[in-house]
Amino acid sequence: MQVYLDNAATTKMDKVVADIMQTYFIDKYANPSSIHQKGEEVYNDVEKAKDKVAKILNAKAQDLIFTGSASEANNFIIKGVVRANKDKGNHIIVSEIEHPCVLGPAKELVKEGFKVTYAPVDKKGRIKMSELKDMISEDTVLVSIMTANNEIGTIQNIKKIAKLVKKSGAYFHTDAVQAVPYLELDVKDLGVDFLTLSAHKFHGPKGVGMAYIDRSVKINPLISGGEQNYSLRAGTLDVAGIVGFSKALELAYKNREKKIEKIRELRDYFLEQVKKNIKDVHLNGHEKFRLENNLNLRFNGIEGEAILMDLFNQGICVSTGSACSAKNLRTSYVLQALKINSDYLNSNVRFSLSKNTTKAELDYTVKKLKETVARLRSFSPIK
Amino acid sequence: MALNYTKKTLNHFLKPKNIGEIKNADAYAEIGNMVCGDQLNFSIKVEKGKIKDVKFLSFGCASNIATASIMTEKVKGMSLEEAKNYDWNKIVSDLGGLPQQKVHCSIMAVQGLKKVIDSYEDKKGNKEDHKGKAKKKVVKKKK
Ligand SMILES: Cc1ncc(COP(=O)(O)O)c(C=O)c1O
Ligand code: FES
Repeated sequence: MQVYLDNAATTKMDKVVADIMQTYFIDKYANPSSIHQKGEEVYNDVEKAKDKVAKILNAKAQDLIFTGSASEANNFIIKGVVRANKDKGNHIIVSEIEHPCVLGPAKELVKEGFKVTYAPVDKKGRIKMSELKDMISEDTVLVSIMTANNEIGTIQNIKKIAKLVKKSGAYFHTDAVQAVPYLELDVKDLGVDFLTLSAHKFHGPKGVGMAYIDRSVKINPLISGGEQNYSLRAGTLDVAGIVGFSKALELAYKNREKKIEKIRELRDYFLEQVKKNIKDVHLNGHEKFRLENNLNLRFNGIEGEAILMDLFNQGICVSTGSACSAKNLRTSYVLQALKINSDYLNSNVRFSLSKNTTKAELDYTVKKLKETVARLRSFSPIK
Repeated sequence: MALNYTKKTLNHFLKPKNIGEIKNADAYAEIGNMVCGDQLNFSIKVEKGKIKDVKFLSFGCASNIATASIMTEKVKGMSLEEAKNYDWNKIVSDLGGLPQQKVHCSIMAVQGLKKVIDSYEDKKGNKEDHKGKAKKKVVKKKK
């Protein structure tokens, strides 16, 4: 049996999405910037696709910039806003557990003379509000805190954080890449100035990201030299990608409640079965403020990479934040930020479900996981 | 990041040889890697200056388990001197290669082996010095 439980890394594209995208490779191939009829036809399709996304996010279509990835969108927003608003100050705040594509640009800005502070999280991955409050100063231009974490699935109270940040006069960005469709993403209701999404996390195409930007805020382009996207991101539009993104997002939010209810039930069933069958298992992250599709579990006494390789051999795909799985041999900084006892840092495995996950797959996984854990523990020196 | 372990490495990981702890072993040793956090525990039985038996316990990655498995297989019957100088390159080539960031697993395996042999020789030396009155060395274990 083949079981894919790595949906936080990426998801399988929906067939409908793939089919729609296909149209734009061979039939409707014109450049939407061309003024002839063929171009206009494609342009109209792109506008329609953007309108659909705008509606879901309660934004204006002209506030949406499609990019080559969420990584690009995060780079664009963070560098673009900070560099364009030097008159407002030179300080930014990001959380300790942001994705590398937020931490990376923040580090780059340090080299340019900006100051960065890292907002800490508690043992379950929630932002420590009072510490965040103390960090914000008159000099703070931008605060970036992710909606939900990719490793541990912890969800932040974005509305509350945005309110706090906005009150100080700073701008607020949230990386909501992992949140679709688990949370409603109404940018007005959330009160965010900037928000990032990535199509491949919700059964859309890889290589298509989106930046929601409040156009009244100054921002520098990352890629300049063309008038596309209001000159904020040069380059011929990725028509198929934008249409695919839009379709995937539309499908993701269709019957959302029912869909996430099913995923939550399966996830909770899986956790219950794992705990019933395996001793000394612990949940990392938050039990309540948690993405419905995420489980990050610690198996005491054995190493995450070994569990992953053993499961992989049985056709099961999972992921781990253990040092041994990383190219640089460093334990996940997200788990470290939770201040987990260092003896336990390398014993964690992430299981991430999707709407395609079935009960039979989870039953199989529990069975194999039980064998794997028993086997590895049988010769572990740590009892 | 795909690791692309060789078939041989995977086989040794999935069906490791010489796992466990020898009862009444002549020496025990524990070795850990500060960077990746992995750990190996060795126990040996020595007869006539040769390794009669060697076993290991592992808190480690697939390659940690595989390297210890293939090494223990190879050094059984070897003289202590020869085993102490066992070359980690040999482990890597016996496994058909290791991913670059996993080469240190094989180094840790040979270091652990050397440590357990050293511990045996220390004990034996002590025994001879104190006419057999040496205290049995207590092996510290991580919880
Ligand atoms: C929270 C988060 N942000 C950003 C990204 C980057 O997305 P992309 O692959 O589109 O660059 C990911 C996925 O890897 C993610 O999980
Ligand atoms: S990664 Fe260090 S021993 Fe395996």
